[in-house]
Amino acid sequence: MIPTILEATRITKRFDGFAALTTIDFRLLKGERVGLIGPNGSGKSTFVNCLTGILAPDEGSITFDAHDITKTPAWLRARRGLARTYQIPRPFRGITVRENIEVPLRFAVGHTSARAITESAQVILEQVGLGDKAEFSPRGLTQVELRKLELGRALAAQPKVLIADEVMAGLSESEVDEILELLNRLNAEGISILLIEHIMRAVMLFSQRIVVIVAGCKIADGLPDDVMKQEEVERAYLGE
Amino acid sequence: MSNQAASVPPLRKPLPVSGRSRSGMAIILIGVALIVATMLFGSHIGEYYYLATYTILQFIILGTAWNILGGYGGYVNFGTAGFFAIGCYTTIVLNKIFPMPLFFEMFVAAVTAGLIGLGTGYLTLRLRGVFFSIATLALAIVLQTLIVNWSFVGGARGVYVIRPAVSGIFISYVQFLVVLMVGLATFAIFVAWAVEKSWIGIGLAAIRDDEAAAETSGVPSLRLKLIATTVSGALMGMAGAPFPYYVTYVDPATAFGLAIAVNSIAMPLVGGTAAWWGPVVGAILLGSAQQILTVTISSAANLFIVGILLVGFLTLAPRGVVGIVRGWKRGRR
Amino acid sequence: MEFSWDLVINAIVTGVILGGFYASVAIGVTIAFGMLDIVNIAHPAFMIAGAYLAFWGSEKCGFDPFVSMAVFAPCGYLFGRAFYRAYHFFFERRGDESLQGLAFFFGILFIVEIGVVLIFGVDYRSISEPYLESTIGVGFVSVPWRMLVPFLVGLGMLGSINLYLSRTFTGRTILAVSQDVEALRLVGANPIHAKEVAFGIAVATAIIAGVLLIIIQPVEPSITREYIGRAFAICVLGGIASIPGTLVASLILGVAEALTTTFYGPSWSPAVSFGLLLLTLIFRPAGIFGR
Repeated sequence: MIPTILEATRITKRFDGFAALTTIDFRLLKGERVGLIGPNGSGKSTFVNCLTGILAPDEGSITFDAHDITKTPAWLRARRGLARTYQIPRPFRGITVRENIEVPLRFAVGHTSARAITESAQVILEQVGLGDKAEFSPRGLTQVELRKLELGRALAAQPKVLIADEVMAGLSESEVDEILELLNRLNAEGISILLIEHIMRAVMLFSQRIVVIVAGCKIADGLPDDVMKQEEVERAYLGE
Repeated sequence: MSNQAASVPPLRKPLPVSGRSRSGMAIILIGVALIVATMLFGSHIGEYYYLATYTILQFIILGTAWNILGGYGGYVNFGTAGFFAIGCYTTIVLNKIFPMPLFFEMFVAAVTAGLIGLGTGYLTLRLRGVFFSIATLALAIVLQTLIVNWSFVGGARGVYVIRPAVSGIFISYVQFLVVLMVGLATFAIFVAWAVEKSWIGIGLAAIRDDEAAAETSGVPSLRLKLIATTVSGALMGMAGAPFPYYVTYVDPATAFGLAIAVNSIAMPLVGGTAAWWGPVVGAILLGSAQQILTVTISSAANLFIVGILLVGFLTLAPRGVVGIVRGWKRGRR
Repeated sequence: MEFSWDLVINAIVTGVILGGFYASVAIGVTIAFGMLDIVNIAHPAFMIAGAYLAFWGSEKCGFDPFVSMAVFAPCGYLFGRAFYRAYHFFFERRGDESLQGLAFFFGILFIVEIGVVLIFGVDYRSISEPYLESTIGVGFVSVPWRMLVPFLVGLGMLGSINLYLSRTFTGRTILAVSQDVEALRLVGANPIHAKEVAFGIAVATAIIAGVLLIIIQPVEPSITREYIGRAFAICVLGGIASIPGTLVASLILGVAEALTTTFYGPSWSPAVSFGLLLLTLIFRPAGIFGR
């Protein structure tokens, strides 16, 4: 029995009376690759924000690695091994690319030696393909490089779970493949990955299981081919 | 690898490496050297220069303290005058109850101001940065109103303070105060340098640039903000403690004055908020300019110019002198 | 101070009247800060500028305060639009640091206050119009016109702005902007124009409030800072972006200040607004009508 690493139960979130999420149940197994899809505005990012602690759900609970993290602050979840990237890259613009990576190394992992941190940061930058950009300011990076920096930062936290929130949006085909390759490599190293994407090709290739959220409700959860054949899912996408 | 990266040159040249810095030792050495110089050449320095130096040193401390939370962390404190006044009035209160060494008064002032900073922070730093800023403004006004209504410290009319006798190695009490302020300024700068280069500094930088992203990278933002607010407040209180002995007459209008409020923001911003030496440069530049100008034009016109410089730098040179110098260094590579 | 119901009733009536005036001060902050997220702490500076413009208008041109309003408020509107354009160009576009934006408005506040000191000096300035000196009886309390007029104008301003925001196209765009800037940008509407107009309106209200202020009492430059507390206390207590909230909070503040002044003396009154602000921020930052 593969253990569950991340579980959300009956997550409900309302904004001012508007129900952004309604009793979402979700489970991620250790080492799994799960894709999360749904139309724009369906609540995917809100769900991720609840998982990572940026938002507090009105109802429901979240368990990570057998600990209840529903009330745990975001930074502590990051320390426990829950990492994420942001839809629109959010680098720390006032410091260098390498220093961006040093932040999670220092705070999420807890390294204390300055030299060790710098060296580890460089290694991670090489891993995501930004090795020669270490001294640059994030302002000088291209879109795909910024995405890689997001992934690098998430990686540096030595996560058990990585939530990749639309990390491929707007990229070219070859760039999408690059990111996919990186994600697959990370998964092979043992990181469970939740991929939130609109690019269906990538989702179908990558996911072992697909979850579909529409208008704040989960309408499907299963093998990619089965889910994509479901009527409600077709309607949600063709109806757009 | 991606073709995109190879064909599009980066828009920004590399930043200077923020590597191991030996500035910490340099700061202390310069401070000690200045103290020695003041003691040796003390009798040759006119009273006016002592007074001018005191003011500039005070602003170095206030600007440096402000910058720890403002420049490093991105949280703007509008209530510097409030924390400074806490320092002043702690001295006044202690002096009235039981005369004691200035060092002890400074310590109590720093602790009091630090605790109030901690308290204010704890109550408001969970909110958006702008609410913290408005709260600091509110705090300063509330404190001023309390002092104005407290007759023990003289209320609105103010209070006179008698300078204690000075030990023989000093020519005058003023010289002692200046030497003390050099020591305090050195201490404050050293603290700022240490914070900047430490894990607190990089955590604050992350918070300043993007607080949510910092949190999901593991940065305990509330804790770091509280540390910065407490340290900043304590240093400001420390700067205020000797002030009553310097001016010998303190009233709320001076202690909570506009000059303190605007200068503690203008000096770091003009000098540059990104580095520990920014507020120092800003204090020396703006402080000296004001000392010179006060002689020639009214103090209101003086402050007006400070305001113009503040807005001017914010609009045209937002990274201050630090930014100009770094940009110039980068261009030379 | 002896307690008597008469004093309390008087204080409450005074407070309500004052509250109406305070609403005229705070509405500009509700619009600029509450709805548009522009931390315009310089708002009271624009108000004091309006007061001194009315003074200058009265001294030099013989303007009746209402004439001053009619002349200077549109100027304020145009200035506000131009000012927002500059602010947007230099600060909002840069995106990263709200530190600079906050410090900028603080600098503007400072420059205007000191500028007023340089031009007009620190003495109290006032205007007087004969028709404002009389009083009118409201129940068993007599209220001077110079207080009743600002109260009525204040309410009128809130009412007309509420209408504008809910009935006109630009007004509704402004409301939409306050809800979600991102969504608007996706849809293709230009929030910059709406924000520009809104800021212009905010500055115009500040000018009008300034004229009302000098009708109520003589002014001197350091009053500016008291009003930062009042304006933001009302805005936050009322729920940041809520116009009914602004009205209710203004009345609450007015009454609280009047009661404090009556029973504890005027030297405590600056603390009332700032104290109220601190308490709101600590215990209910969303305010009364806020989300």
